[in-house]
Amino acid sequence: MELALLIDFGSTYTKVAAVDLDEEIIVGTARAFSTVETNIMEGFSKALRELEHSTGLSSPVYKYKTACSSAAGGLRMVAIGLVPDLTVEAAKRAALGAGARVIDVFAHELTKAEVGKIEQMNPDIILLAGGTDGGNKEVITHNARQLAGSAMLKAPVVVAGNKTAAEDVGAILTGGGKDVRITDNVMPELNVLNIDPTRNAIRELFLQRIVAAKGLKKAEEFIDGVLMPTPTAVLQASELLARGHKGEPGLGDLIVVDVGGATTDVHSLASGEPTKAGVSMKGLPEPFAKRTVEGDLGMRYSAHALLETAGLPRLVKSSGLGETDILNHIANAGSNPEVLSTDGPSRQIDTAVAYVAVNIAVERHVGKIEVLYTPFGASYIQTGKDLTQVNFLIGTGGVIVYHENPLVIMKGALFDENRPTVLKPMKPKVLIDREYILAAMGLLAEVNPLTSLRIMKKYLAEIV
Amino acid sequence: MEQQPTVVLGVIGADVHAVGNRILAYALEQAGFKVVNIGVLASQEEFINGAIETGALAILVSSLYGHGEMDCRGLREKAVEAGIGSILMYVGGNLVIGKREWDEVESVYQQMGFDRVYPPGTLLDEVIPQLRIDLGLVENGG
Repeated sequence: MELALLIDFGSTYTKVAAVDLDEEIIVGTARAFSTVETNIMEGFSKALRELEHSTGLSSPVYKYKTACSSAAGGLRMVAIGLVPDLTVEAAKRAALGAGARVIDVFAHELTKAEVGKIEQMNPDIILLAGGTDGGNKEVITHNARQLAGSAMLKAPVVVAGNKTAAEDVGAILTGGGKDVRITDNVMPELNVLNIDPTRNAIRELFLQRIVAAKGLKKAEEFIDGVLMPTPTAVLQASELLARGHKGEPGLGDLIVVDVGGATTDVHSLASGEPTKAGVSMKGLPEPFAKRTVEGDLGMRYSAHALLETAGLPRLVKSSGLGETDILNHIANAGSNPEVLSTDGPSRQIDTAVAYVAVNIAVERHVGKIEVLYTPFGASYIQTGKDLTQVNFLIGTGGVIVYHENPLVIMKGALFDENRPTVLKPMKPKVLIDREYILAAMGLLAEVNPLTSLRIMKKYLAEIV
Repeated sequence: MEQQPTVVLGVIGADVHAVGNRILAYALEQAGFKVVNIGVLASQEEFINGAIETGALAILVSSLYGHGEMDCRGLREKAVEAGIGSILMYVGGNLVIGKREWDEVESVYQQMGFDRVYPPGTLLDEVIPQLRIDLGLVENGG
């Protein structure tokens, strides 16, 4: 039999999965604490030993050994554009689509103070956009000068702005000693998105520089490569699952919700056009594969931020527990993120926190309908994606995968009749990533998409 | 090659008159302009933001449903705030409700900061040469 070993170097756990490519089955999975800070190989070897132990395979030969990574803080990016609703938003979407964590965005002319802020955040990559092709040149040129003038900024810069200014901008940045990649404008025309070239440029930089910078080079001696950030792998798996491959049909439009310790990610694979007649679209066009990341919604590192966003009464209502219990649990979750909740009340609060995270993250991800009263009667305007009719809603992330009744959490993603303007899915089938394999299948999709697709269809479990 | 002059075109407010907007866009393109058409139901912010990103030289506002006075107020001030205060601005269409003297209507809109105000029935043969002159693309009368 031919085997593939798929590895996810996470911020907390290193997860490994062995796949039998002939039988199209998961032979086994295992995980161990990540040891990126010291020696990445320690945690990886431990997970491997565990995998061999649980599968009974001794020193198996793997045809493919590939990895994704969100270790050492993930791919941390800063996006810079001109107008907040336009090129800033386009740049942000391109970075998110490339699997990055967008730690901050900047609009208009960068000030010295803002450059200082970027220096402090020390991003892995800076994305510099601004101006449509043939449009505004002054701001992106100014911003290039500001970045070039900072000796402290070592991060490579991807330039994806006005093509008329791109060469000058590149020269300014190169003159400032920066590693520069010039790619096509993220917004070549007003309200036209072109994010794939930027995603590719970011991916290339990830392979060339970031893997080494994150201390993952050592792992590459033993495997074929760290191919992409983990969110990219999940997005890739989701897209394959939605679209299908060659003769093998996909599931059609779907949403993936990934609740983690630090963030809640939502991926939607759907065009999201209006499903009702007489609705007109507003705002930036939406990519078919759209990812949003909520940094204030998480189970552990961001538990406190979630409490601030959602408010205590909401958690009291969802969990049925008292304020003191919840406050204690959240304080503990933030300071001891590795602790798994075992006892009753603690599980109850985790469930409530996850429900709220899913509820808010999906609400922010989906489109909204606005009613505008005109002299000709009511007009309906949609911004964002209409996801009311998607076929499948898929849950992943530790709290969902290992939950005895994940439907309770997933219900947070569903359409709420009391808030009909929020275009959440109405009657999707709910699937759970029980084996926690979505990222692994995104990696496998690189070399063997058909097998990856079939395994996902086999292993994602429907719950009712 | 000289870069095409860019203009932002749209129908402001809750106005959904799309046909005239398309005709204007077509005619302006034929006349050699790069038209950034933000279409119907356009807000003031969309005009301003569109003009900033595209480096447009003029904002051309249509209003056909009679609420133009309300919709257009403050557009010039917003442009000033946004750093494009001196951008050329035209407005045209059914700009007011009821019968009012054109001189009065024109002055209302001029006070709002529009450089040119066009009544219903204005032909593009009049507007486009005027636009070229105002943008300094041709000599007066050229």
